[in-house]
Amino acid sequence: MAISTAGGIDCDVHPAVPSMAALLPHLDDLWRETMVLRGIDGLDLASYPPGAPANCRADWRPPGGKGGTDLGYLQRQALDAFGTRFAIANVLYGAQALHSEDMAAALCRAVNDWVAQEWLDPEPRLRASIVVPWQNPQLAAEEIHRCALDPRFVSVLVLVMVDQPLGRRSQWPIYEAATAHGLPVTVHAGSAGRHPVSGATGWGSYHVEDYVAQAAAFQSQLLSLLYEGVFERFPTLKVVFAESGVTWLPTLLWRARKTWRALRSEVPWVLRPPEEVVAEHVRFTTQPFDAPASAIERVLDQLGSDRLLLFSTDYPTTTSRAPTPCPTSFPPTWPAGSWSTTRSTPSPAWPRPPARPPPTYRTAQEAEP
Amino acid sequence: MSLDIATSIDSVTTADVAPAPAVGSRTPLAIVDCDIHPLPRRSSDLNPFLSARWRRHLETYGNGNRSPFFANTPYPRFTPALSRRDAWPPTGGLPGSDLEFMRSQHLDANHVELGMLQVLAPSGMAQRNVEFGAALCTAVNDWQVAAWAEPEPRLKASITVAQEDAHAAVAEIEARTGDPHFAQIAMAPRAFNPLGQRAYWPIYEAAVAAGLPIGVHAGGYSGAADTGSGHPSFYAEDHHSNAMSMQTLLSSMILEGVFERFPTLRIVLVEGGFAWAASLGWRLDQHWARFRDEVPHVPLPPSTYLKRNVWITTQPMEEPTMPRHLREVVEWMGWDRLLFSTDYPHWDYDEPAQCFGVGFDDAQRAMIFRDNALHLYGDLRPGRS
Amino acid sequence: MARHVVAPLAELPPGTRRQVTIEGRDIVVLNIGDELFALLDRCPHQGASLAGGMLCGFVESAVPGEYRMSHQGEVLRCPWHGWEFDVRTGRSWCDPRRIRVRSYDAHVESGQTLVEGPYVAETFPVAVEDAYVVVDL
Repeated sequence: MAISTAGGIDCDVHPAVPSMAALLPHLDDLWRETMVLRGIDGLDLASYPPGAPANCRADWRPPGGKGGTDLGYLQRQALDAFGTRFAIANVLYGAQALHSEDMAAALCRAVNDWVAQEWLDPEPRLRASIVVPWQNPQLAAEEIHRCALDPRFVSVLVLVMVDQPLGRRSQWPIYEAATAHGLPVTVHAGSAGRHPVSGATGWGSYHVEDYVAQAAAFQSQLLSLLYEGVFERFPTLKVVFAESGVTWLPTLLWRARKTWRALRSEVPWVLRPPEEVVAEHVRFTTQPFDAPASAIERVLDQLGSDRLLLFSTDYPTTTSRAPTPCPTSFPPTWPAGSWSTTRSTPSPAWPRPPARPPPTYRTAQEAEP
Repeated sequence: MSLDIATSIDSVTTADVAPAPAVGSRTPLAIVDCDIHPLPRRSSDLNPFLSARWRRHLETYGNGNRSPFFANTPYPRFTPALSRRDAWPPTGGLPGSDLEFMRSQHLDANHVELGMLQVLAPSGMAQRNVEFGAALCTAVNDWQVAAWAEPEPRLKASITVAQEDAHAAVAEIEARTGDPHFAQIAMAPRAFNPLGQRAYWPIYEAAVAAGLPIGVHAGGYSGAADTGSGHPSFYAEDHHSNAMSMQTLLSSMILEGVFERFPTLRIVLVEGGFAWAASLGWRLDQHWARFRDEVPHVPLPPSTYLKRNVWITTQPMEEPTMPRHLREVVEWMGWDRLLFSTDYPHWDYDEPAQCFGVGFDDAQRAMIFRDNALHLYGDLRPGRS
Repeated sequence: MARHVVAPLAELPPGTRRQVTIEGRDIVVLNIGDELFALLDRCPHQGASLAGGMLCGFVESAVPGEYRMSHQGEVLRCPWHGWEFDVRTGRSWCDPRRIRVRSYDAHVESGQTLVEGPYVAETFPVAVEDAYVVVDL
């Protein structure tokens, strides 16, 4: 059955920077002249080739343009069509892959100002994530503090593949700033190209290989955030994994718990088993949801709680082959009205109200006769 | 890697304690263990199989892998010799170095009818000096036969190959073809490039010609970070990252079209756990469908190859809170894909009598603990073939 | 509950341990700094004999990067997967409520007391002038 998304919050839509020309008005004199002088453009991430059919549904592609560059399209195709109450714009752009910290910071500022002016101002249903120069966490924190004054920025955006695992202490200024403003950190698929996308097995040959490997990167990042004690150090931090594929999560947690029981003295600040920490601190957007219809219900049961999921369309990509981006086989026993992923989380101001209590996991004793 | 520091650290545990009896007597099922780790009793054990030049090289320069330490791994392990603390032979030497003790503690006690050897150290598979690597692989293969497979017919050797030099690897496979002591070819998952790429195809061609599966055992360091986002801090992460490497190498092999070019090639993924395989298959299928235009040489949904050409060993077995969840995962993968393994004598060993608390029926248990392996490798049990 | 004489104290000096079988149960008896402990010799995870495990300290941390060691030598780690058990209670660190090793009272009795009984006789002779390790089961 189809589940109504009306009134829901779409936690992952992708307005795209058309070209450097769109950002020039939002750069200061120095950086505007630098971009022009050096002819800098073409900073779309290689993780998302703009022309790939998969990265923009054919009927969602503006004439002659990149998917996600037209506000009117997004309004009609993402917001009106799904009846979403709010949608969170996650702009994926190469500012987050540059090696120059200062250029990265300048372009992140420009992207945030551009999205505010070009998208948030004309469309009250849109919210956005703050694009931050993780390359220098201090500068990233400054950008968070600057943008968080605008309540339409509702999260902080980083890529799943950067220079170091995200849990490492060098990244903590980002979490400190995010929690200071009650903002979740959204970790989105995409690579800054510092390491082979496939990790230790090396650079693959194909884009689809890279795309599939994003799930492995999310798995590693979840372990990093858990074992480095990020959630112990920042107990109010919420992390959203966007476009992660989701279905790797249950089995990852089974092994992580086994590992933690064995090796926890290496990370003695981790006081609870991984599944409990995830249930309290981490959420996952639904698109794509890597499972065939026949398996979805059981995967959700393995996940233990539908509260882990946040509705997303991943507009304008084709992560869902069905016309509706909601997996049509989510269990019919769940009335649309109670599907928390479309309705209750996040609220428009989420997560600024106190977080809901963590879902309770059923124990083996309770569940197995 | 160095395993020598271990003995002194461990002495604290050995006072007045007899070697622990293995517990595996609950199941009467005789099993095939698809991952057992032998070690030389002393490093000179390989000398008879190495030329004077390479003996000197090994003594002087040690391993030349893509990792920082002369005699340790980038992520120091959690136990000496990465082993069970009760696996140190009472006669001295490192865990896995004493055949008699391996027999009593593991093969006999756990009813192992057939065991697949995987030599992690010394290893020539990922040496930067490929000429040395090839010589070391040959020596390790000779030693496996002389020290293990010949005296103990339940143990079968793996042909280690210097995989970065396909020519040498093929020669080594051809030299061993027909030797009944070898059950498979061994490759390292974290190669210099993804294992699906064409540089490695001659090895697959030789494997098919020899009729041997390729066992790809977790571990090693390619020089690339453990993750697509760099080097994690902790051994806990490094240990688990082997499961992610299995996923990415499988993606590489499938999406490069290895199994289209070699439809009878059989790959065994060893020691990466297994429960992730269902999700990987779904993900590959879903996104292969979205990006088909890029990989026209892969005509079938990727999970087809996963279920046709790939087997996965069980250890370190994922342990869900609810046992039925593990059963669901096995159903998704297919009962015929799983091969039981203990990883003896390493610390993350899975105990055959205890580790599957899942309530499989007898036929399912027989498949995973024995029959799948016999179908894959042939019935190599002593006196059967 | 019966009391079992498992060894002369002189044979189990501080820093040593011994596996014994009492009423068909495998038990490991440890002498840690003249304190005696007895635990069922079986890890609740995959059944390893705990007798081969290492005695460690307990590592705690209030903040990532800060480490505090305590209870030195009182945490018995399973020789396989390293699960930590408190020798005093048998409770695991990772799930103390549900995962625990059965623990037994172990203490020293004089030979004089043992001769007077009632204790389960063991295979070795008891001398009144010596001390013995006794486990209650």
